[in-house]
Amino acid sequence: MKIGVIGTGLTKFGEVWDKSLRELLAEAQLKSIEEAKLSPKDIEMIFTGNMCAGALSGQLHIGAMASENLNLNVPSTRVEGACASGALAIRAGLQAIESGSAKIVQVNGVEKMTDVSTDQVTTALMGAGDEEVEGFQGATFPALYALMARAYMKEFGLTREELAAVPVKSHKHGCMNPIAQYQKELSISDVINSSMVSDPLTLMDCSPITDGAASIILASESVAKKLNPDAVWIVGSGQASDTLSLSARDSLTEMKATRIAADSAFKQAGIAAKDVHLAEVHDCFSIAELLAIEGLGLAKKGEAGKHAAAGYHYFDSKMPINTCGGLKACGHPIGATGVKQAVEIVHQLQNRAGKRQVKKAETGVTQNVGGTGATVVVNVFKR
Amino acid sequence: MFRSTPIIRWRKYDERYSLVGAKCAKCGMLHYPRVALCACDSSKFSPHKFNGEGTLISFTDVGSGPEAFAEHSPYCLGIVQLSEGPKITTQLSDCKLEDLSIGMKVIATFRKFYTSGEKGAIHYGTKFTPKW
Repeated sequence: MKIGVIGTGLTKFGEVWDKSLRELLAEAQLKSIEEAKLSPKDIEMIFTGNMCAGALSGQLHIGAMASENLNLNVPSTRVEGACASGALAIRAGLQAIESGSAKIVQVNGVEKMTDVSTDQVTTALMGAGDEEVEGFQGATFPALYALMARAYMKEFGLTREELAAVPVKSHKHGCMNPIAQYQKELSISDVINSSMVSDPLTLMDCSPITDGAASIILASESVAKKLNPDAVWIVGSGQASDTLSLSARDSLTEMKATRIAADSAFKQAGIAAKDVHLAEVHDCFSIAELLAIEGLGLAKKGEAGKHAAAGYHYFDSKMPINTCGGLKACGHPIGATGVKQAVEIVHQLQNRAGKRQVKKAETGVTQNVGGTGATVVVNVFKR
Repeated sequence: MFRSTPIIRWRKYDERYSLVGAKCAKCGMLHYPRVALCACDSSKFSPHKFNGEGTLISFTDVGSGPEAFAEHSPYCLGIVQLSEGPKITTQLSDCKLEDLSIGMKVIATFRKFYTSGEKGAIHYGTKFTPKW
């Protein structure tokens, strides 16, 4: 597979009170079209990732909203796979091009989360778990990831300080990203001493509630070569599923779907984990970043925490992870996250990531997770 | 809100109240909750009532839970491996976070879950408690 990313668009991530769901989506859509130097009528198909607009904004039918924003009548579909909605929308776009159905596709992700109370967001997000098994028991997402964190600490001896190195690094990166929700450094003790959410996870282990949208333009190889000499190529894509509930899985300390999706994406791209120069992974909670790194094969099982504490994951170190600030510092507008991860890798490979630029990066990977690991998408990008 | 309608819980009464799951008619594997298809690809099952004994394999607490559980907050949550096989996500009752440890023995107990508004149905189900 060789499909070009020829344009990107991002809104500010954070509490964007002055913009609605539709306005956020439209802003990102118009930016990606402008960057690709296209006119809206060049877009042949649209896919938009969104999870919660039904529950939080009373708005479904986001596909039609996205095409209306561009005054188009082209096929336009909303894609939902919880927090992996964005990367699933990218996969839908890749498949549309691979099948020959379209040559130029716009892929968006959007979420508007700060209009309602935290309770309402927590309840809506639990839709990503198993309502009958987990929701009925009063489980929340921080609690489910805390169950993984405690089991992982017990099995591999991960310390609270090692785990805290994850958000500390993310906030450092966030300070170098103008669109990030949080641009403030954290210390290890800030993380450990912030308010307890679900033991052992504190508030600073958790990604925030965020408004934002992201957009990319995908094009077939021949069209992309004509339109953009600096196109970044998606050369591998993998998707895997696991049980909806955490308790039905064999292991609480690995994300099997990440491993399966990565195997499939890496095989298609003709690469191995050692060829990856940087990765954007789904750090909805600090423990999730460690599980992602291990699932991608970028560290052995039980070692990602030691690498985090040793500083390997900073943009200028051995294995740069989440250079945009990750979900933790850049923010986590659910449906937009998977698309934003792609935008960050594209900007890095095009050498336009500013202060957080990774040197000599040629191959980047994204890993986007739905729920506690029930859906995982891994995409491989090359310059 | 979906949580306030009694019917979505009513159809699960035997599972929730009595810890009834399923036993595969072909390979004998036990499932909780019931599944459509066994790991052996059989879809024939008979009901199986679990004995309620298990081991805690991870735990945490929920400081601020979903609206329906506000009256219980904070509460402990865990994953229990039943002695008969399956793992269950469950609230842990009659204990504080400090009382819990991975590997401890727990036992099922019948408890109130939440009330749907002032005049709505009271929802019950199974939680687990440490076997002191």
